[in-house]
Amino acid sequence: MANQAHEETLALREQFDTEAQQKDASTLGMWIFLVTEIMFFGGMFLAYTIYRSTYPEIFAVCSSSLNVYIGAANTVVLLCSSFTMVLAVRSAQLGRQRAIVFNLILTLALGFVFLGVKAYEWNEKFVEHHIPGPGFHFEGIAQQGPAQLFFSLYFAMTGLHALHMLIGGGILTWLIIRTKQGAFTAEYMTPVDVAGLYWHFVDIIWIFLFPLLYLIDRHLK
Amino acid sequence: MITAAVQEREHYLNASYGIKSWLLTKDHKRIGLLYLATITLFFFLGGAFATLIRIELLTPQGDLVSSETYNKLFTMHGVTMIFFFLIPSIPATLGNFFLPMMIGARDLAFPRLNLLSWYLLVVGGLFSLFAMLAGGVDTGWTFYTPYSTSYSNTWVIATAVGIFIAGFSSILTGLNFIVTIHRMRAPGMTWFRMPLFVWAHYATSLIQVLGTPVLAVTLLLVLCERLFHIGIFDPALGGDPVLFQHLFWFYSHPAVYIMILPAMGVVSEIISTFSRKPIFGYGFVAFSSVSIAVLGFLVWGHHMFVSTQSVYAGMVFSFLSYFVAIPSAIKVFNWTATLYKGSISFATPMLYAFGFIGLFTMGGLTGLFLACLGIDVHVTDTYFVVAHFHYIMVGGAIMGFLGGLHFWWPKMTGRMYPEGWAKLSALTIFLGFNLTFFPQFILGYLGMPRRYHVYPEEFQVLHVLSTAGASVLAVGYMIPMIYLIWSLRYGQIAVANPWGATGLEWKTASPPPLHNFDETPIVTHEAYDYTTVMEEVIEVG
Amino acid sequence: MGKLPLFPEQASTFAPDVDHLLFFLLAVSVFFTVVIFSAIFYFAIRYRRRSEQELPRHVHTGMALEIVWSVIPFGLTMIMFTWGAAIFFKESRPPEDALPIYVVAKQWMWKLQHMEGQREINELHVPLGRTVKLTMTSEDVIHSFFVPAFRTKQDVVPGRYSTTWWKPTKAGKYHLFCAEYCGTKHSGMIGWIYVMEPQDYQKWLSGGAASGSMAENGAKLFQDLACSNCHKADGSGRCPSLVGLFGRDVKLSDGKVIKADEAYIRESILQPNAKIVAGFQPVMPTFQGLVTEEGVLSLIEYVKSLGEKPGAGAATGAGATPAAKSATEKR
Repeated sequence: MANQAHEETLALREQFDTEAQQKDASTLGMWIFLVTEIMFFGGMFLAYTIYRSTYPEIFAVCSSSLNVYIGAANTVVLLCSSFTMVLAVRSAQLGRQRAIVFNLILTLALGFVFLGVKAYEWNEKFVEHHIPGPGFHFEGIAQQGPAQLFFSLYFAMTGLHALHMLIGGGILTWLIIRTKQGAFTAEYMTPVDVAGLYWHFVDIIWIFLFPLLYLIDRHLK
Repeated sequence: MITAAVQEREHYLNASYGIKSWLLTKDHKRIGLLYLATITLFFFLGGAFATLIRIELLTPQGDLVSSETYNKLFTMHGVTMIFFFLIPSIPATLGNFFLPMMIGARDLAFPRLNLLSWYLLVVGGLFSLFAMLAGGVDTGWTFYTPYSTSYSNTWVIATAVGIFIAGFSSILTGLNFIVTIHRMRAPGMTWFRMPLFVWAHYATSLIQVLGTPVLAVTLLLVLCERLFHIGIFDPALGGDPVLFQHLFWFYSHPAVYIMILPAMGVVSEIISTFSRKPIFGYGFVAFSSVSIAVLGFLVWGHHMFVSTQSVYAGMVFSFLSYFVAIPSAIKVFNWTATLYKGSISFATPMLYAFGFIGLFTMGGLTGLFLACLGIDVHVTDTYFVVAHFHYIMVGGAIMGFLGGLHFWWPKMTGRMYPEGWAKLSALTIFLGFNLTFFPQFILGYLGMPRRYHVYPEEFQVLHVLSTAGASVLAVGYMIPMIYLIWSLRYGQIAVANPWGATGLEWKTASPPPLHNFDETPIVTHEAYDYTTVMEEVIEVG
Repeated sequence: MGKLPLFPEQASTFAPDVDHLLFFLLAVSVFFTVVIFSAIFYFAIRYRRRSEQELPRHVHTGMALEIVWSVIPFGLTMIMFTWGAAIFFKESRPPEDALPIYVVAKQWMWKLQHMEGQREINELHVPLGRTVKLTMTSEDVIHSFFVPAFRTKQDVVPGRYSTTWWKPTKAGKYHLFCAEYCGTKHSGMIGWIYVMEPQDYQKWLSGGAASGSMAENGAKLFQDLACSNCHKADGSGRCPSLVGLFGRDVKLSDGKVIKADEAYIRESILQPNAKIVAGFQPVMPTFQGLVTEEGVLSLIEYVKSLGEKPGAGAATGAGATPAAKSATEKR
């Protein structure tokens, strides 16, 4: 077997021997990256769990102040975006370029709807003085400190999630441009595939955030 | 060059020229050299901080620098050495260069990601350098809250951002290695034919991938607390400053194994090559690397025995910490047993490997003292700890790094280093190191706390001894720097396999061609099979 | 310069225990170091390469050997673990009859106070042969109370109490260090522990100009902060009587039962609504920022001094007093 037998193409980079090997490597790489992301969010989930068990009542009261209907609607929006992402990947497998672009744009749009709603919610917090810092005040609670902890975690977690959405938006935009340039075919669509993995992961993070922040112990209110 | 006429063979160094051909390279070998240059700079920067610290400690009064400056010096020494030298040291240089070659691959799985990792390290380094030049940071490399979040008036944010960015460099390198080891092995290179260096890097990469994100998120929370008053760890809000320590050590204890495991991999290669025998208990040594990586995640609480964590948590962490001793002991015993009935050469890499075993043994055994609850209460946060981790990180990791650098220097550059000077420097480093750090064990048990700018007079003699050792050590580190650069031009031309070693990297020319091998190697033997190599060596002769 | 100490003084009952354990670990370490170093030296010389063509015979891995050198070190480490854990456990359990001392750490000094009211800064006088228990907290960052001659160390964390104890066995003057890095003058946060003969200690106690015992100071604060308006001794106030509270189990409104220790009382002063006593309303305002850490310690000592009084326990009834009401409204 001669070593540098093949010219470099997108589907088969120099360092790989076969296209299957390249696809395998890219997919494995993305899975490992998602593992690092789990550890990344894991640190915050841990902090949240510890404080929630230290101050259960205060966290329940603060949690109840979040608007569960907006949160639920946003969850639906995000789930829909995952569905359109799946459609984009499927179109890529079938090599239907226009369908890829259409579904990616739809996914991107739903992503921005989510972020817009999120921005509206954050603005509400601002109006209500629920932003951590010197101006923080939560009505009807004697212990302002732990209430502030709850909102610190709320902003840290949803903020980090939103940042991941923004990065995802960037990736989608890049994919749309590349698809229009005709970079992807039914044989080579790995970037669409791994971008899909990333998008679903960000979606799943929200699926954990929503009940943690909005739903648990709502009845205590 | 006199020999230029003799060989105009194309290799990775002369395949293209110019700054751009380096800064935009995707070749893992060139990226390895970029890393080498970067970490060498950081090593000498961190060394300069260390020098000032040791000079200051010559006298019990704080007469050279103010306490503000002293606190910044030890912080920046720690930050530079740990995040910008030790963590990338072996994996990003020697690992980058040789891991693909050892498994018979043309490159890492993601060459562009590899280049990005280097840029991330450089950008992270620049942030930290900016912090140092702008006024420094004084929190200690551990960034304990609430000091780092609410009380320090120094450049915490810039430094933490730098470490955060460099952390992603480390994550991406680990990710690249794992995928490469899984997917890029040459035909016949089964898992149990892989050199132990590759096993060690696999274990290291696991830690980088699983641990570093936790550090990243912890630093992010510290940043948020400083910038936006998002007070996750603030005791004034009912937050828990000890939670920070848990999150911090969850990464930073395994991080020690990011530094030492690759060095262990290097030592396995060297011991085998220079005693011309397969490593005794290959399977045990391979699995001990992985088990150290896994156990490393379960013992972080042993940094916190007196932190007010619960007594029972302390006991569990102490108990688990002793489990790490077993794979470490297995390695040391197996290396020693490899020498038995071998054919032992005293080339420089082997001297470094001997030094590594000796210093790692002492560092590891003193780790038993620190894992022991009753003793740790007395010696934690004293010079005993300082001595212990320098035995592991400097005595272990840097000895391994220098050993590996000498071992593979002929392959990387196509030139031999001067053997006499190299032996002299290995000896100087070993002696200087012990003189620097052994007195610190005694200081620690006497009760000298770490991070003290001024100290009681009775500790002075031991501090003077330590500083004397540090000056010997500094000379020891300067010598290789000089002769290795000298050898680039004047060193003897290296043959493909100067040591009679077995790895695939020795089956190709020195320096290697652009794509490592002229033909993809097919592996038919276990690692460290010297019978076939000997025939070639005798031929070359 | 000139002095070269190699071993620290032993001045507490822990010191010999810790040192014996140290000697055991040293013996094990020296043994293994000698074995490994001599094996390397011997093999390296005995099997040095004699010709470039030399090819040593393959030696097969011995399973038995691998097991032996895994199991024996493991056994030894388990001895270390058990022995060390035993000492640690003892260190974490202060005896009942200990002499209490209160410590407040701040950047960069130690403030220590005796029950009798004597305050000291960066110095602590204690009687020889008497067990001393320190209850410690910090006003700012994390510090660590370290006395090498006693072989004890304990971090001092803001927002919570940590304790440590020791029994001095030798009169003299010993270093007190802050062992957790705490900022610019970390190395200046040092002091001395004076262990005195009991009669000297008594003399020292009476010589000092104490401004009332801690309990008396606490009682004064209790009046000044208007605590006594609600916490009436006979239980007629709208808040529970504190008589005989300390060390007793308290039933909370959520059904949990908690022991009234220092941490509970501290929390009840600073975050009164965190734990509500069963049968009472959350009407008490927080005293965060109104009372210093030392003040809190005095109040605790006062509550302790209220002692037992049969029958005076949980009281009922809630009537708002003006002082408490205005304080609530202010928030």
